[in-house]
Amino acid sequence: MEQYAILSTGKQGALGAIRQFLTSLLEKKLVNALLVPLELPTGDNVVPTIVSRPEQIQAANPLAPVLPVNAARLVSRITLLSPSPEKLGVVLRSCELRALVELVKLKQALLEKLLLIGIDCYGTYSIADFGKLVKESKSPTEDFLKRAREGKEDPVLRRACQVCAYPAPMGADITIGLFGASLDKGIWLVAGTPQGEKVVQELGLEAAKGEERQSAVDKLIEERAKKREELLKQTQEAIKGLDKFMATLATCINCHNCKTACPLCYCKECFFDSPVFEFEAKKYLGWAKRKGALRLPNDTLLFHLTRLNHMVSSCVGCGMCTEACPNDIPVADIFRLVGERVQKMFDYVPGRSLDETLPLTTFKEEELPDIGV
Amino acid sequence: MAEEKGFEPVIVGFFCNWCTATAADLAGTLRMQYPPNIRPIRAMCSGSVDPVYVLRALLGGADGVIVGGCPPGDCHYVSGNFKARRRMAILKTIMTTLGLEEERVWIRWISAAEGAKFARTMREVTESVKKLGPNPMTKDWSI
Repeated sequence: MEQYAILSTGKQGALGAIRQFLTSLLEKKLVNALLVPLELPTGDNVVPTIVSRPEQIQAANPLAPVLPVNAARLVSRITLLSPSPEKLGVVLRSCELRALVELVKLKQALLEKLLLIGIDCYGTYSIADFGKLVKESKSPTEDFLKRAREGKEDPVLRRACQVCAYPAPMGADITIGLFGASLDKGIWLVAGTPQGEKVVQELGLEAAKGEERQSAVDKLIEERAKKREELLKQTQEAIKGLDKFMATLATCINCHNCKTACPLCYCKECFFDSPVFEFEAKKYLGWAKRKGALRLPNDTLLFHLTRLNHMVSSCVGCGMCTEACPNDIPVADIFRLVGERVQKMFDYVPGRSLDETLPLTTFKEEELPDIGV
Repeated sequence: MAEEKGFEPVIVGFFCNWCTATAADLAGTLRMQYPPNIRPIRAMCSGSVDPVYVLRALLGGADGVIVGGCPPGDCHYVSGNFKARRRMAILKTIMTTLGLEEERVWIRWISAAEGAKFARTMREVTESVKKLGPNPMTKDWSI
């Protein structure tokens, strides 16, 4: 059961209150370090950082609308070999948290000694668009929040965010709640687990009901669902059929950036970077002879189809693949379109729960009667 | 797609060692006739057939692919075929969504005792792929 408390904002605003909350976590030794986005001195970007000294929190900005990397990748990086030796708080957006849950199931991250701090997310811009916002505005984060909370459509938001199904984090110990809160008064701290409740108690915050948040979440989800339906329809029309799909992949240069940016593509050595794909010259010439010509680098379609097969059941829709593509191939749209269907087939929501087994590692005896007779 | 005159499809079969490949042996021992379009590859289990193998075949020259495993519940490794079934369901969903002729991919459960079913299935898959015509993906130089 979720327990709500109020983190009052007053003059310092939402960001100030969040910084104060994070600082007190460190000062009261409720965590020994925090993984949180910090504003770079140049101001142009906000990057994930491990902060151990409370003073550094003054540059923390988990509200800045930019997601340079899906931080689940970083949590995996930190905890792959051994669990964190000290209490580490990780501040994650919903898609990052869901990716982390998937990575734990894939045995690529360990949650021991982690305090999962989720944050309500209005969406993010690409790094370039965030850079523009920083140049145009004196207080980019506040301006963005204000606009987002007016509920108007923001065409600059990354498409993955415009169609996000889960803007509110799932499974966090504590969630920093913005939805439905009046920011000049206070924001929510929502304890989702006993560990989270303990932290809220230690901070001695005033309890609240938080119904406003739930209705605001429902409204946002509904809006995004509408947008998603629209986008999926467009995507389907744009890519269906070999010719159209190849036209979509026309500018792919096989850089594999989408694979590198994907929080869930975890293989230490990707099959596509393995010696399996080192061929004798006569192979290339043979293929060219059979088809009349051979596009190079080859196996563009095979790469994307295989990545779909391997990853789509766990795709959390963070859209990092599209961001990483140098040639604007809508990789995330394709993954969303296929992902919706595949995930529905197994009634699976990636990152919803640690107790739900990955679809590819389990089965039901009575299912899929159309596959094989 | 219209049936091309004289078109003989290439069909790659991934057959599990314990059931479908054994059924193929049985069909041979029983001198049952089936079309020579099948290029059989023995896999230890249908569960070991990664979709990438199926795709590799389809993109590299095959007009159809058939994956054969033990009937559900009878897997030599207990549950490999159940996992294969999920993988193939995902593969087919992906192909359907992208409009890539999922009907070129067949999955059949043929036990070691079913030599006749093996021969019949090979006839069926050959006829079906013949009707579909040549696989456009094998000719496209730009994929």
